[in-house]
Amino acid sequence: MALLSDLINLNLSDTTEKIIAEYIWIGGSGMDLRSKARTLSGPVSDPHKLPKWNYDGSSTGQAPGEDSEVILYPQAIFKDPFRRGNNILVMCDAYTPAGEPIPTNKRHNAAKIFSHPDVLAEETWYGIEQEYTLLQNTVKWPIGWPLGGYPGPQGPYYCGIGADKAFGRDIVDSHYKACLYAGINISGINGEVMPGQWEFQVGPSVGISAGDELWVARYILERITEIAGVVVSFDPKPIQGDWNGAGAHTNYSTKSMRNDGGYEIIKKAIEKLGLRHKEHIAAYGEGNERRLTGRHETADINTFLWGVANRGASIRVGRDTEKAGKGYFEDRRPASNMDPYVVTSMIAETTILWKP
Amino acid sequence: MSLLADLQNINLSVSTEKIIAEYIWIGGSGNDLRSKARTLSGPVTDPAKLPKWNYDGSSTGQAPGEDSEVILYPQAIFKDPFRRGDNILVMCDAYTPGGEPIPTNKRFNAAKIFSHPEVAAEVPWYGIEQEYTLLQKDVSWPLGWPVGGFPGPQGPYYCGIGADKAFGRDIVDAHYKACLYAGINISGINGEVMPGQWEFQVGPAVGISAGDELWVARYILERITEIAGVVVSFDPKPIKGDWNGAGAHTNYSTKSMRNTGGYDVIKKAIEKLGLRHKEHISAYGEGNERRLTGRHETADINTFCWGVANRGASIRVGRDTEKEGKGYFEDRRPASNMDPYVVTSMIAETTILWKP
Repeated sequence: MALLSDLINLNLSDTTEKIIAEYIWIGGSGMDLRSKARTLSGPVSDPHKLPKWNYDGSSTGQAPGEDSEVILYPQAIFKDPFRRGNNILVMCDAYTPAGEPIPTNKRHNAAKIFSHPDVLAEETWYGIEQEYTLLQNTVKWPIGWPLGGYPGPQGPYYCGIGADKAFGRDIVDSHYKACLYAGINISGINGEVMPGQWEFQVGPSVGISAGDELWVARYILERITEIAGVVVSFDPKPIQGDWNGAGAHTNYSTKSMRNDGGYEIIKKAIEKLGLRHKEHIAAYGEGNERRLTGRHETADINTFLWGVANRGASIRVGRDTEKAGKGYFEDRRPASNMDPYVVTSMIAETTILWKP
Repeated sequence: MSLLADLQNINLSVSTEKIIAEYIWIGGSGNDLRSKARTLSGPVTDPAKLPKWNYDGSSTGQAPGEDSEVILYPQAIFKDPFRRGDNILVMCDAYTPGGEPIPTNKRFNAAKIFSHPEVAAEVPWYGIEQEYTLLQKDVSWPLGWPVGGFPGPQGPYYCGIGADKAFGRDIVDAHYKACLYAGINISGINGEVMPGQWEFQVGPAVGISAGDELWVARYILERITEIAGVVVSFDPKPIKGDWNGAGAHTNYSTKSMRNTGGYDVIKKAIEKLGLRHKEHISAYGEGNERRLTGRHETADINTFCWGVANRGASIRVGRDTEKEGKGYFEDRRPASNMDPYVVTSMIAETTILWKP
């Protein structure tokens, strides 16, 4: 029989101008990604030329049954690595029919902050280090771990190779190429300290695109794990005990920080972040208190401290930045399940707009 | 040795002019699709130029053994996504040797309605949302469901992604491209509320072609599930309990409804449909009483009600249509196993030809 893959891999450009657009949005929990596809009459590269769409919000916890339409506004286009050809992925955010952002729409507010003239002038750059854990589908225990037991203690796994040290590399490598194909600014990957845990980095991205790119990278990752029959977890502390948690360290710089004298700007920015520590922590991901313990390369959740090359700090400044007198810093507090729209815009708001 | 796939994928155009035509028809139950293939001397694009054929009606419950020939009249041609090249799929309907449509031939009557001058003048458009459930082959239990048990309750699956939420996407995606390749007007797909349940939409299609395209889309789907070793079910309530049923919501508009002042035409049409509710329901698919309960986004089978953006109604009008004063409406009553020839022509007949 003809293979399923022959059909999935059909190159439609030989037979039709039509393309398929997969519209992606964030569901009612703030972390569940949803998507559905529609046919368009020809290729589109400008998100503003894409039609708005709608979905059944009563099925995602975002609207009541008697008034269920939620409107999707296309915001960013990426090439579809699964369908290829001229087919696209479209990152959207959600509005009521009257045009108001629905409560779970965090992008709208972030976009407002990023279009503030003071913020725009500073050209905020972000590099986000997304950690995640791969779990066996039916038992929700990390892949490669023995059922009913544990692998040997942490040590050999960070950037490790070999069937006894690296679990799931095919997923990670497919994801890397798929994201580059899609046009996402993925800057690297590495195996993490806990076996079955991995990291990819997205950036440098400017302003709102950091959030768009990270969400679509997460979407592509979960579609790939779906193909592999494995479950991806963004829980910040998936396994209790002497096992690392998963974070989403956010590297940040502004134009002023990247120029001469930038190190002073960096220190002032870190000071302001220290004054709003509690507010930031509250927005940096659910369950983070299980991860930010002061052990396993984290700072305790109630403590704000920063240091050069210090991985046990809330904020770490690289030796390069200290030496050059300019550069960027790393906020190590965000959990792997943080919303990048919230975190990136809040860092910009506190460091650029907020007056103590 | 050559692989079977190499042989199936041989491109015959380099060695011969001949093409293969797969003739498709509907069998004795009104829901079972049948097909067989024949060689033609060269490519054909006009169904009227294809030869009539015949089949053994006594093997499909459509003729007695002593007089078993049923004649196939070719009605529509599509490109064959399985054989590709110049090979074709041919949608047919069935007649006695005397030229009479056999009792299970619903297309004949639909074609008469669609060629009525008043109906033709209104250029009726249809968009059909076909829902279906994928079942594991040997146990008839939905794909991805634990045998002897149930998955977690509905919530995460609608448009969901991930190995624990989306079951069978390779079938759905292969079907999407295969239909576009075939020339079917497939406008989109999405994962449905019940896990293992999916939907595709065909349209907008004019008049009789809505039925032709939906039947061939169903044919392609069942051929693809055959490759995947999975069974497709069009039962309107495959699993009892707190699990959604499967429908074939039929979106409809006429020229008058699409033009200025259309909203009043829509309201009058809905009124007429309300007066013939029982007649329509009896033609909208077997077993629909198990699905139309008033729960799970349906209206009770004995109730006729309509509303804007109301998914619990018999007929739903979209907010866009209300706002613009023209557009289309959605008849949510038809079951997934409805015959699109019957449903599309009956809606046209009631709204355009029937006088209360």
